[in-house]
Amino acid sequence: MNRDVKVARLVLADGTIFEGEMIGAPPVNGVTTGEAVFNTVMSGYQEVITDPSYAGQIITFTYPHIGNYGVNNEDYESGNPFCSGVIVRQLSRRTSNWRATNSLDAFLKEHEVPGIAGIDTRRLTRHLRDQGSMPAAFGQGDLNELIQSAQKAPPTDGIDLVSTVTCKTKYIVPSLGGTRRIVAYDFGIKTTILHHLSKLGEVIVVPAQTSYEEVLEQEPDGVFLSNGPGDPAPLTDIRSNISSLLGEVPIFGICLGHQLLAATLGAETYKLPFGHHGGNHPVRNLKTGAVEITSQNHNYCVADGGIPSVDLTHINLNDETIEGLRCQEVPAFSVQYHPEAGPGPHDSQYLFKEFEELMAKTNGGKF
Amino acid sequence: MPRRTDISSILLIGSGPIVIGQACEFDYSGTQACRVLKEEGYRVILVNSNPATIMTDPDFADATYVEPLRLDVLTRVIEQERPDALLPTLGGQTALNLAMELVEAGVLEEYGVELIGARSEAIATAEDRHLFKEAMLEIGLQVPTSGIAHSLDEAKEVVKDIGLPVIIRPAYILGGKGTGMAHSSEEFEKVAQNGLDASPITEILIEQSIAGWKEFELEVMRDKSDNCVVVCSIENFDPMGVHTGDSITVAPAQTLTDIEYQKMRDDSFACLRRVGVETGGSNVQFAVNPENGDQVVIEMNPRVSRSSALASKATGFPIAKIAARLAVGYTLDEIPNDITEKTPAAFEPTIDYVVTKIPRWAFEKFPGADGILGTSMQSVGEVMAIGRTFPESLQKGLRSLENGRFGLNADPAENSLKKMDNADLRSAAKVATPDRIYQVEALFRRGFTVEEVHSDTSIDPWFLDQILAITEERSYLENETLDTLDKWSWKRAKQLGFSDAQLAYLWETQESLVREKRENLGVFPTYKTVDTCGAEFAADTPYHYSTWEDENEVKPSGRPKIMILGSGPNRIGQGIEFDYCCVHASFALRSAGYETIMVNCNPETVSTDYDTSDRLYFEPLTYEDVSNVIEVEQPEGIIVSLGGQTPLKLAAVLPEELIAGTNPKSIDIAEDRELWNVLCRSIGINQPPGGTAINLDEAQEIADDVGFPVLIRPSYVLGGRAMEIVYDHSQLEKAMAELLEFGSLGIEGGLSSERPVLVDRFLEEAIEVDVDAIRDATGDAVIGAVMEHVEEAGIHSGDSACVIPPPHLSEEVIAKIEEFTLQIAEALEVKGLINVQFAVKEDQIYVIEANPRASRTVPFVAKATGVPLAKVASRVMVGATLAELREEKLLRPRVSGDHVAVKEAVLPFNRFPEADPVLGPEMRSTGEVMGIDLTTGLAFAKSQISAGGALPESGTVFMSLADRDKETGLEAARSLSDLGLEIVATKGTAEHLEKNGIRVKDVVAKLDEEGTDAVELIRSGAVQLVVNSPHGRGPRADGDHIRGAAGAEDIPLLTTASAALAAAKGLHEWKNSSLEVRTLQTYHEGVKAER
Repeated sequence: MNRDVKVARLVLADGTIFEGEMIGAPPVNGVTTGEAVFNTVMSGYQEVITDPSYAGQIITFTYPHIGNYGVNNEDYESGNPFCSGVIVRQLSRRTSNWRATNSLDAFLKEHEVPGIAGIDTRRLTRHLRDQGSMPAAFGQGDLNELIQSAQKAPPTDGIDLVSTVTCKTKYIVPSLGGTRRIVAYDFGIKTTILHHLSKLGEVIVVPAQTSYEEVLEQEPDGVFLSNGPGDPAPLTDIRSNISSLLGEVPIFGICLGHQLLAATLGAETYKLPFGHHGGNHPVRNLKTGAVEITSQNHNYCVADGGIPSVDLTHINLNDETIEGLRCQEVPAFSVQYHPEAGPGPHDSQYLFKEFEELMAKTNGGKF
Repeated sequence: MPRRTDISSILLIGSGPIVIGQACEFDYSGTQACRVLKEEGYRVILVNSNPATIMTDPDFADATYVEPLRLDVLTRVIEQERPDALLPTLGGQTALNLAMELVEAGVLEEYGVELIGARSEAIATAEDRHLFKEAMLEIGLQVPTSGIAHSLDEAKEVVKDIGLPVIIRPAYILGGKGTGMAHSSEEFEKVAQNGLDASPITEILIEQSIAGWKEFELEVMRDKSDNCVVVCSIENFDPMGVHTGDSITVAPAQTLTDIEYQKMRDDSFACLRRVGVETGGSNVQFAVNPENGDQVVIEMNPRVSRSSALASKATGFPIAKIAARLAVGYTLDEIPNDITEKTPAAFEPTIDYVVTKIPRWAFEKFPGADGILGTSMQSVGEVMAIGRTFPESLQKGLRSLENGRFGLNADPAENSLKKMDNADLRSAAKVATPDRIYQVEALFRRGFTVEEVHSDTSIDPWFLDQILAITEERSYLENETLDTLDKWSWKRAKQLGFSDAQLAYLWETQESLVREKRENLGVFPTYKTVDTCGAEFAADTPYHYSTWEDENEVKPSGRPKIMILGSGPNRIGQGIEFDYCCVHASFALRSAGYETIMVNCNPETVSTDYDTSDRLYFEPLTYEDVSNVIEVEQPEGIIVSLGGQTPLKLAAVLPEELIAGTNPKSIDIAEDRELWNVLCRSIGINQPPGGTAINLDEAQEIADDVGFPVLIRPSYVLGGRAMEIVYDHSQLEKAMAELLEFGSLGIEGGLSSERPVLVDRFLEEAIEVDVDAIRDATGDAVIGAVMEHVEEAGIHSGDSACVIPPPHLSEEVIAKIEEFTLQIAEALEVKGLINVQFAVKEDQIYVIEANPRASRTVPFVAKATGVPLAKVASRVMVGATLAELREEKLLRPRVSGDHVAVKEAVLPFNRFPEADPVLGPEMRSTGEVMGIDLTTGLAFAKSQISAGGALPESGTVFMSLADRDKETGLEAARSLSDLGLEIVATKGTAEHLEKNGIRVKDVVAKLDEEGTDAVELIRSGAVQLVVNSPHGRGPRADGDHIRGAAGAEDIPLLTTASAALAAAKGLHEWKNSSLEVRTLQTYHEGVKAER
């Protein structure tokens, strides 16, 4: 049997060391760096790894067995993973699912994503929970070099990560039946979101830097602000475009799109200690009182502090952070969490219907 | 919305005795519900016939009725208590069915009782296969295709649409009679015709077979605002075709992509909404075609269940507790998550470990049962194990079963597979049996591939590959030695679940040396926490499991700590009674200021509720696992004498100074024949004459010396395993051969001088008596109760009905028995509980055996007398004196009322139609009930109703008595005849009865004679009660068939003349008095009979 293990170390910026073995692709220059975060979903690793919002991050899966059902051709959230690496307790040796086309290990190799397995991911998770997300490095190299790499890894605060994941040129996703024309800003948009939007109509996906004039030229029924990686604060150009679109056209934002809309409206954003990454967060819909179990993936958050002319619509029941808002005077709303799921529960898919309703009852940008 | 204020009293129905398919998980759920509802300020009225439950402790409800779970009794309770609401979803199928009967009989409407938790329409939709199928199709969910036929021609048409293979289920039949599977058209014609013949209305359901599909289950909850959550997903290791209760199951689901999982989640919620479960927990079962992902709904239960208990233990999300709160009007977001304390219960637990549940069977108790697993549940208990990975949790689970295995093979028991050649092993593994998992591993060792084993078993390749990983690790380890293995490899072996005992076996060394070497290398287990959230939030929950990782999360407190070892999986001879004792110990010691640490591996129990003790370790009860917890926690004392045989066996290997209570040496004295004889002689107590033997010659010598019949029993066994009464030399030869060679004990090593068989003169027609008592370290002692058995000596005490106070013993005899008990306790220097069994024949008292530990009658005695024996005993074990406990009022005097309490055993013969339903010295009951009333007759009649054998008030009794029973039988027959029942009997019995002036309506032919025989008569429905007493073991073809027929037709069956007499007396009183129900609280205040 094969006991030929590639012993490796994972090192956090604060000097905490873990031992494991290399999986997936070998890191470029022997070391991988990024911000270590943890995700608590028990299924949906393919969607998580391919979610562009993880750009610059190393994803720790808290569930120990990862790779059980392999990967398939349908469950991609983007053409390429943008994460820096993955950390797992146990990589599956064998794939079992009728849809599987490849093993996770082969997939990681193919997409040049390095990984480390055999890690006490619960210890790591507890550490990140208590100390906050932090830069990390892993590889087979010298320990001191790994520590230095971890400490030199770029932070996410104040960094524009969107430009690393957005599409280079606009493209069109044809309608699956609806009659709307929607312009979707690609800050790192997930395929499942495009799937939901395309049920409402044709989706014109545009790069993050696209000006509001270019957007309006498309004569859209609505504009969608997508999810994406990192800190909303440095994205000032995008915010000024959103500002110009407000009141001109109905707007719906998810995740980073929500943060950008809120920031445009005057809200502050801040970094959560270890973010929300999982598929089980309870969110209360303040209008109906109902609790939705939601899919979440964000490190930054909108600060509560009386955003002018805005109603809070959703709140997280775990930590009472803001999960959704709606403008009182212009047709625009957004949620912090992921109603499209991919992965996660489907409880909040009604929000796409609300976007449709908003587009239906709005004449141009006015109510 | 806060809780409802328009209702103030709530009736809860428990699930009655432990039976196969319904075990102590409903004590766990019911206890949680009682607690919550009382906390919320409601008056809780509880009805449950099972005295061994925690929920029936008088502290848990305001009014506790230990009464039969039958429509007339419940009606009487409702009439008396006038509850505002009935919560039927926490007491298993029993409670749900009774609730429906109460609805249908108009009782709830008449007394204005609101059904909460589930509406009757919802229950009906979920329970009726046809309605359920229609409802699922209506909301667009798929169900297995099926059709109905009334003739073979119709059947052939139906099967054309469905396609083979199919399952054929006849309508209106009991116990799966006539059900079968057809793979070919020839087979189909045969099975369909059989089915049509078996159905009284000539109707069969033909259903698409989905055997071999993957099976999943989702535990879901819904509140009145329509918030829905999935608490846990479960994937079965065994594919469709094996009952979930008999399957190894794993949480969470392992082989579903998120797309598939979310569809299942959506479908579960749709199912709940359509069925109409407004609040509470339900489970929804699915099957998935592994070829194309087709998903069908199998069934749903609109109530908490065995799997919801498992899900609660697996995730830390207390389903029953929350279901009770939802039923009284709360919504999920209003209930805090107990574990994090900061986040609400409106969320879905995520776990960062793997949970494996493994059933425990008792086929060795039922000779004749084939041991093949199928669609009817046969397991008697289960274990759960937590590990970071599936291989680890699987191996921990297997060594938790306490069937002599060290894990997944790599132990002496694996040698039984060596006899099989490859072809035999492969064909054996094709059939689902308890041994299949071991056979699968052995196949990998012989070089078979995952593909081959998958095609034979349909077990998912992912699971098989995980087993293969264990096999590969084993072959690596076999090439290493104790001295060569490096630290990294040690850790890897432990992470794959290998126990020290397995490593010792592989390296042909001792477990203690393995442990020493491992610890010297610094390889120690780490303890992690079950926290519902994958460590996302800080949790102080004291609920832990061991694994082999970097970080140990457990930080022992500095408080004085007592560790309580639980009783492991339920099995025959060791069930809920011992869990009751452990839970009571925890309660008593906590309130006395100790920190209590529970170690157990049974997910059904109250002891493994994280609320019960200060800390819970969900661990196998093995030397290695328990020692590891001891090393981490450093307790002051360990309680081993309340959990039955499991912890007692460990007492011998744990540090003696830590064992609380009676010194383990006293246990040895009681078990060692020579020492015990000396002790009895010194006190001057008679014993039945006998001796010990390790072979047939010795046994024969003793038998010749003392005279037949003799009782033979192996030492150090549980529940009278392999005990037998033998009447002659040939029976003795056979019995000894079983012990030495081919019986289950023979396979485990047979007899030795350390483990001889006891051969004693069997006292025929003696009254057997059980006594529970407590002695403290100062020599002060208290008698719990003296119990008289209804069946004569020779029937295992666990299977015999018994009565408090003894109806047939004189005060002098009782006083003498009490005195002997205390003398034995003194001589054994007992510090805690002791149980002594006596036989009384013609006022001569013989002692049969003594056990210085909790017996299974402790909870019954506590319920009957109001004295919390287990609590008192646990305090005594850690040093309190009885005088102090009297002062504290924990030890109260026995109640002085006129009531009589009868404990009756509940037997699982209907699950094992091939086995002979006759009682003997080997225990075979799964559970017990209590009947309580002001006379022995009424209490006995109630106990019979509760045990499911309600006596007929009119009709025909069939009697066939062994010669020795004819005197007692005569009295019983006279009594039954006086009641107006007609008697039919076999020739000898009939002659005897008529000679003594009792009219016999018909003489029934023997089976090989002309005329209607007993079996035909029973099957025709002409008999309402069967009294058939066999004698000894051996070829008794007629009796076997007669009892078998009674079992199959569900006709009350009494197999001893003394039980028949008690029944006749009970029936007499039952017919001549009105039904009275009283609470335990009332009895404990002392109820006087009207004179």
